[in-house]
Amino acid sequence: MGTLSRRQFLKIAGAGTMAAAAGSGLSTHWWGLDRNPIGDPGTQGDRVVPTFCELCFWKCGVLAHVKDGVVTKLEGNPAHPLSRGRLCPRGAGGTGLLYDADRLKKPLIRVEKRGEQQFREATWDEALDLTADKLLRVREKHGPEALALFLHGYGGSWFKHLVRAYGSANISAPSYAQCRGPREVGFNLTFGSTIGSPERTDLENSRCITLIGSHLGENMHNTQVQEFADALSRGAGLVVVDPRFSVAASKADFWLPIKPGTDIALLLAWIHVILQEGLFDADYIAKHAIGLDELRRHVADKTPEWAWTHTTIPPEKIVQSARFIAAARPASVIHPGRRVTWYGDDTQRARAMAILNALLGSWGRRGGICIPSSMEVPEYPYTAYGLKPKAPADMPKGTGYPLADEVLSSGVCDASLPGVAEYDIKAWLVYGTNLVKSLPSPRRVMEAIDALDFIAVIDVLPVEIAGWADVVLPESTYLERCDDVYAATYKIPFLAVRQPVVEPMYDSRPGWWIAREIGRRIGLSDYFPWKDSTEYAMHRVHAAGFDCEELRSTGVILGKPQPAFEEDGLELTFPTPSGKIELFSKPLQEAGFDPLPSFTPPEEPPAGMYRMLFGRAPTHSFGRTINNRLLCEPFAENEVWINDGICGEHGLKEGDRVMLVNQDDARSGPIRVKATRRIRPDCIYLVHGWGTLEKGLTNAYGKGASDSDLVTRYRTDPIMGGTGMNVNFVRFEKV
Amino acid sequence: MSTTNRRFAMTVDTKRCVGCSACVIACKTENRVPDGCYRDWVVQETSGVSPDLRLEIRSERCNHCEHAPCVSACPTGASHVNEGGAVLVTARKCSGCKACIAACPYDARYVHPDGYIDKCTFCLHRTSAGGLPACVTVCPTGALAFGDLADPESEVSKLLASRPFQVKHPETGCDPNLFFLE
Repeated sequence: MGTLSRRQFLKIAGAGTMAAAAGSGLSTHWWGLDRNPIGDPGTQGDRVVPTFCELCFWKCGVLAHVKDGVVTKLEGNPAHPLSRGRLCPRGAGGTGLLYDADRLKKPLIRVEKRGEQQFREATWDEALDLTADKLLRVREKHGPEALALFLHGYGGSWFKHLVRAYGSANISAPSYAQCRGPREVGFNLTFGSTIGSPERTDLENSRCITLIGSHLGENMHNTQVQEFADALSRGAGLVVVDPRFSVAASKADFWLPIKPGTDIALLLAWIHVILQEGLFDADYIAKHAIGLDELRRHVADKTPEWAWTHTTIPPEKIVQSARFIAAARPASVIHPGRRVTWYGDDTQRARAMAILNALLGSWGRRGGICIPSSMEVPEYPYTAYGLKPKAPADMPKGTGYPLADEVLSSGVCDASLPGVAEYDIKAWLVYGTNLVKSLPSPRRVMEAIDALDFIAVIDVLPVEIAGWADVVLPESTYLERCDDVYAATYKIPFLAVRQPVVEPMYDSRPGWWIAREIGRRIGLSDYFPWKDSTEYAMHRVHAAGFDCEELRSTGVILGKPQPAFEEDGLELTFPTPSGKIELFSKPLQEAGFDPLPSFTPPEEPPAGMYRMLFGRAPTHSFGRTINNRLLCEPFAENEVWINDGICGEHGLKEGDRVMLVNQDDARSGPIRVKATRRIRPDCIYLVHGWGTLEKGLTNAYGKGASDSDLVTRYRTDPIMGGTGMNVNFVRFEKV
Repeated sequence: MSTTNRRFAMTVDTKRCVGCSACVIACKTENRVPDGCYRDWVVQETSGVSPDLRLEIRSERCNHCEHAPCVSACPTGASHVNEGGAVLVTARKCSGCKACIAACPYDARYVHPDGYIDKCTFCLHRTSAGGLPACVTVCPTGALAFGDLADPESEVSKLLASRPFQVKHPETGCDPNLFFLE
């Protein structure tokens, strides 16, 4: 097909006119001579409330349309830097959460009836009194440090505050040790700064983007994907390293279908080529970095031929792609990835990626990795927390992960098993995270829960972890509550507000209220002096010198743009021990680790088994959205990607249902086979979060398979305690 | 520009589209599309032999054809051509006979639970007043563009003048107005 010429435009326009005339009733359709109206579905709000999203953690600005008291649709806030008027499917589908008939509607208390564990509905007073009583007993008997909070999501701030005031430092999110932790530590060791969220990549100005297993587009973070598409449209290069022909891979100049677990070998070979051919930014490295000589020696024998034997990527492809990446420097970025807990050597892989970024001179450069800024918003003037709490119990007794810089959820979970850590955890508050799916080894999580004195779950939906709770507290959704103000750390600093769009449904309550009511009952009233979260949030906004009314009517206030790149005149600083980019890491050496990243070949799959990889779909945020009927319209359940040749060997075809059985005989529920060329023969892939056995989630129950149930093994990153979960293998059993 | 001469069209940039389905969700909420029914959807087609694979991703919907077979097939005049050439169904005139469903080469129509046939309207309630369809507004990758082919300065006209493109099922001769940029 060609390009439409002007002449054709005119022809089409003429034809269109005739057709329109016919439609208006002037001519001939033999009946229907009356007018055909343009129907209006009536979803434009009579009220439009700006707020920000909670379907994932990107926190896009949303305009919520309310008509006759019902939220009809959600649109992107054009003024908000993270949405720029657009939304991802999840953000647009937030009403599917708000109006989910399966929501938790009333507080629940566990009771034992005739030997069976059941829940009964309770009043808020009952549920809160019971929670408070248990927390007081735990503090009395075991000390405040025996309480742990697990959380995910922006509304968790109220519970962090509660638990700090109570006196415990065991506050953790699986988003660290089960997700992005290794990259934060790896980049921090190299540049003295972490990546943070939103990622500080400047994709919109990149001339080359390299993704190591990261599947942007399927991993759908609104602004990041906007920038990604803009960059590709501008003609930016794209290199995708992935065992799977991902959506991103389909748009790439180089798709390198790497053998899983061998990324460090490829990265070292790329560094080898770039150093040997002098393709790196010598001035930048001379000015900003230390350890080049050690790096040269380290990669001297890491040739493309050496890497080929491990990665299965032909040497000429390695050389060509290295040159391609280097040619675009400094606007050439090796994307740090998001969930990077794969093989237990993940901090070292992140280090290799950071080193490569350094050689490209991309840190602090336009099109590379920006230096973000944020607006100053003073903390609420709370009474200072009491005594300094005991150090968290997130590491096994006598050992440690010396470079962890956040509390490890997996470690806190283990500390609930008696005698594992320095002291035992005896009670959990779980906010917005389904630990049965978000921590590795569900069996271990259940054993830990069994050893507790008390567990309360605060959530919107009856997720699996709620079934393990003593008390379930139904929270209002993000569209029904005000949370803390959000002062983003981003290339454009801004301040955003989440405000209630409609009144809380059912007998749900916003998190701030729940936290305050628990606090009041355990003698922490002084820590909750505000009337409500709006008063709290607006106090902070006012103290920061901004107009509360403006913020509430627009949803966002932009800060003064700060220089984010060296090109803007920014003086680059690197808060590492040496004050330089540390290609060679002395802190790692001193802690007994490789100061430069080394490659260890991964374990081979047992005969007849395949490495299980898992990732994201753009329509879903882990298991949080699997019950959202709106989001399930385009993506109703996960399927298992199996190489079509392997399918042939097993007599499987597209649409068959199989159970996945792992090396420890853990098995999934039935899952549909996607027989595809788009994945290597030595691994399988599924979207994370499905296969719930919680019957209260009536839409999601029984759909798809749970990858989490098959993560019975994980390899812990010795540097920072991340749990590498891509170390499980599965076989197929036909249903 | 006169509003009566407009010729609405949409372009789908297959280079930008990541197949996220935001268009599907935005359409469903904007237009109160019933559960299990779709006015737009995403198609992914793989071709080639590994590692030389190709994946085409398309956000699809009614093509609002110039010579719309669904309109010709409609015995009641419910299917008709409205403003800007948009093909619409007037629910109260529709008998639900499905002749249009059989005639449509794009499988773009569905039976509404209330008994009539329904489909994409190019969001005419928005676009006739100068707005954009909900799918175009939401699209995070900016893959979708909408506009007036009669206006050479419109975004769609410019895109079609500057980019190679294709339409689906050109052999039917129905002159679709949904263009896939390559």
